[in-house]
Amino acid sequence: MTSTALTTLIAGRRRVGLLAVIGLSLACLLLAIVAIGQGAISIPPGRVAEILMARLTGDTTLLEGRDVLVVLNIRLPRVLLGLLVGAGLAVSGALMQGLFRNPLADPGLVGASSGAALAAAATIVLGDRFLAGTMMKLPFAALPMGAFCGGLVATLALYLIATRGGRTSVATMLLAGVALGALASALTGLLAFISDDRQLRDLTFWSLGSLGGASWTKLSAVAPIILPMLLLMPLLARGLNGLMLGEAEAYHLGIPVQRIKALAILFVALAVGASVASAGLVGFVGIVVPHLIRLSVGPDHRLLLPLSALGGAMLLVGADIVARLIVAPAELPIGIVTATIGAPFFLWLLLRRSSVLDV
Amino acid sequence: MSGSRDQTAYSGLMRPNRRELTATALALLGLGGLAPLAPASAQTSERIVVAGGVITEVIYALGLQGRVVGVDSTSQFPADALKDKANIGYVRALSAEGVLSLKPTLVMLIDGAGPPDAVSLLNESGVKLARISDGLTPDGVVTKIAAIGAAIGAAAPAERLAAQTRARFDELAALRSGITKKRRVLFVLSLQNGRALVGGRNSSADGIIALAGGINVADAIEGYKPMTDEAIAAAAPEMVLMMRNSSAHNTTPEELFAMPSFSQTPAANGRRLVHMDGLYLLGFGPRTPMAARDLMAAIYPEAAIPALKTAAAP
Repeated sequence: MTSTALTTLIAGRRRVGLLAVIGLSLACLLLAIVAIGQGAISIPPGRVAEILMARLTGDTTLLEGRDVLVVLNIRLPRVLLGLLVGAGLAVSGALMQGLFRNPLADPGLVGASSGAALAAAATIVLGDRFLAGTMMKLPFAALPMGAFCGGLVATLALYLIATRGGRTSVATMLLAGVALGALASALTGLLAFISDDRQLRDLTFWSLGSLGGASWTKLSAVAPIILPMLLLMPLLARGLNGLMLGEAEAYHLGIPVQRIKALAILFVALAVGASVASAGLVGFVGIVVPHLIRLSVGPDHRLLLPLSALGGAMLLVGADIVARLIVAPAELPIGIVTATIGAPFFLWLLLRRSSVLDV
Repeated sequence: MSGSRDQTAYSGLMRPNRRELTATALALLGLGGLAPLAPASAQTSERIVVAGGVITEVIYALGLQGRVVGVDSTSQFPADALKDKANIGYVRALSAEGVLSLKPTLVMLIDGAGPPDAVSLLNESGVKLARISDGLTPDGVVTKIAAIGAAIGAAAPAERLAAQTRARFDELAALRSGITKKRRVLFVLSLQNGRALVGGRNSSADGIIALAGGINVADAIEGYKPMTDEAIAAAAPEMVLMMRNSSAHNTTPEELFAMPSFSQTPAANGRRLVHMDGLYLLGFGPRTPMAARDLMAAIYPEAAIPALKTAAAP
């Protein structure tokens, strides 16, 4: 009975949703093109197109000069990284909110970001002392690899804590996540305390997030983690829709609840770990984008997940355009921009709706 | 010559008086119309981007600012640097495209300029990079000045400035040797919620206190860290040193010495709180011997420490 009501609701919104997916995809593509065209160095759109086409066709004669380096080695990887990280974070948020059936859930709850932050802080502060030899060989890889592993370890620890007899309790995971998060931030604080001025400033800027320093190497490390997650996430949509009815009800509907939980947590750990490792802590995207989408098209995860991916990608790429243009030739940390652009918009959307918590 | 004009202006700016500094900066701005006549800017098509306040300071002292197109946000001396040149942001949070957008022929980076990703992108772009190491000792400052000069192809004038700075440090050392009983100094970076963040061992504050012939009472602490109230009381500083705020309110002796941690210190008895311009004090560039001399005069007022004789030279 509840299930048929849900089906009717979903059917009614499907057409709107499909249009939204197409529309948002086009908007996202457009924004990405704008982002590749804009930057501190002004390059005429024709020249940008020429460089991109030359790269696609392998015509090396046109690939000369600083413009080429800027478009192909600075902006293009940066925009692609923004798309991936934004989509990954927003989908992670949607998965967490679905899994915990709680609109306040954010990807940070499964420990991935606090674990990654702790590991990154440890790399920044202790790296000079303990990694001296290895750091010299892999100077740029130590921090992202450390952050990624830190996120995975924290999530695995939470998963093991919350799983008894093959059954994961999301409530236990939520509470243990709060505890582990507190522990991780205390340890991060301890590292900040023993750090010197230089390390402290590095920590501060890292924790505000940035897409600066995107490169093909970085992208080739992040894409194999986030892309499969984006492609496979539709598999979870039906299960998460079922979970909205409650765990026991979903189980009786024949939904493999435990497998859904494990997969969703794995996806989030991987995507958040990769995002944090490549772009630092970019707040706000994971918690707010799924809300925005849910407010607009409703709670069906078959729409919510792909639309969140598009919304997150757009928010991050859009914020990055602002971050690198507004104070050019300097650059703002992107976390500042996502929150200052996103928060008022989100508040406006909340105020416009009367049934705010009816998500 | 424009070079000597800049040099004079530079010397005039050495006193850490903000009003005077602003006035001089405004005067210099007024002279900006003459800039196209300046040989330094006409001689070369070099376009330098600087990340590191002390590098900017040395280039201005050499009168070669005409070659500079962009500076980082720590380049606050002389004040015109950030007014006249593009601001590339904080030295540790540079943007590769932002720097390249200024079409630099040379990018000068102080120790710790970054992030590493941005530096490696700059390196890939083929632009010439010059890395300058920082140092908190007289030798470090002298080497730094010479290295900056070598990097911009002004080795000879930079050597002269380095030698002059060395002479000032030597003169300072002579003054310092005249101090028989060293005083105990505490550098307070900030007082957030009554919690003192102090300059410990290996901090720039520690370096300048040593140059001024004082004893840093916080040398059990590494870098800039909070210090407990009891430890401050136990450290018994005879003088408290703080940075002068640019616009806002400076901590008054009344406020500072009313705090329980400071009220029982010898510094409280003599109401000895000194404010100095932060960049002048902690910059570790060519002005450092003068800054150390001024600090020495503040620590030992009764000794009537004379001005550095070489400081007046052009």
